Amino acid sequence: MLVRYRGGEGMLAWAFHRISGVAIWLFLVLHVIDIFLVGYAPGAYDTLLVIYATPAGIVMEWLLGAAVLYHALNGLRIIIIDGWPRLTRYHRQLWYLNWIAFALVGIPVTWVIFGQFARAMGWWPR
Amino acid sequence: MTARYGRSGRIKPQGDRVETAIWYLMRVTGLALFVLVLTHYLILHVLHEPAQQDASWIATFRWSSTFWRAYDWSMLMLVLFHAFMGMRIVVGDIVGGALRTGLLRILYALGIFLLIIGTYVVLTLPNVVPAG
Repeated sequence: MLVRYRGGEGMLAWAFHRISGVAIWLFLVLHVIDIFLVGYAPGAYDTLLVIYATPAGIVMEWLLGAAVLYHALNGLRIIIIDGWPRLTRYHRQLWYLNWIAFALVGIPVTWVIFGQFARAMGWWPR
Repeated sequence: MTARYGRSGRIKPQGDRVETAIWYLMRVTGLALFVLVLTHYLILHVLHEPAQQDASWIATFRWSSTFWRAYDWSMLMLVLFHAFMGMRIVVGDIVGGALRTGLLRILYALGIFLLIIGTYVVLTLPNVVPAG
């Protein structure tokens, strides 16, 4: 649908913003509940942490980071455009700038999280 | 491109004071969360490994500091507002009528519930003094 409907970069930026936003919201609901468990049922929290620390959990952690980073950078772009409407002409260029920043931050972070993944898989020593 | 859409071509609420306030607050909270959430992720997922952050680690290290309790509680308030007001837009875009009203009630109830349990734990979790 996103490919056929030719809304261009603006539409993709909007769609990614919404998808990442809903995904972060889902994690937020889980995360407030898990932190509540730290006080209410610490044993249950520690059990949940073991699940978070599995290889699958670490992939989710990485995806969460990507969603947060995209949402943050694109949100900043929205704020800038709303504040200085003349920049709307360059909304595409600003979106490309988002992706450059995304890669610059994302690549080193990916390396660190890959380290957590490799240790969880037993490839690397703890 | 008349007043309703503004020069930016983006819809900005007109006339309705509550909607306009929420529109601005989404941007203000978003900007604050840009700093708070990215720093939170950097510290707890990149500089430290989440696998080591069990309940006693939080009580002993993270939340033995009033600064981090205040940080986390500020982030909680801002993120709940931002996330639930964002979901309100998503729900409004997808469904209408009585279903929208019902879903929004559930959404607001969930948001208030999370604010209560989150505030409760950040205020009441006992400080554990690190041994040694």
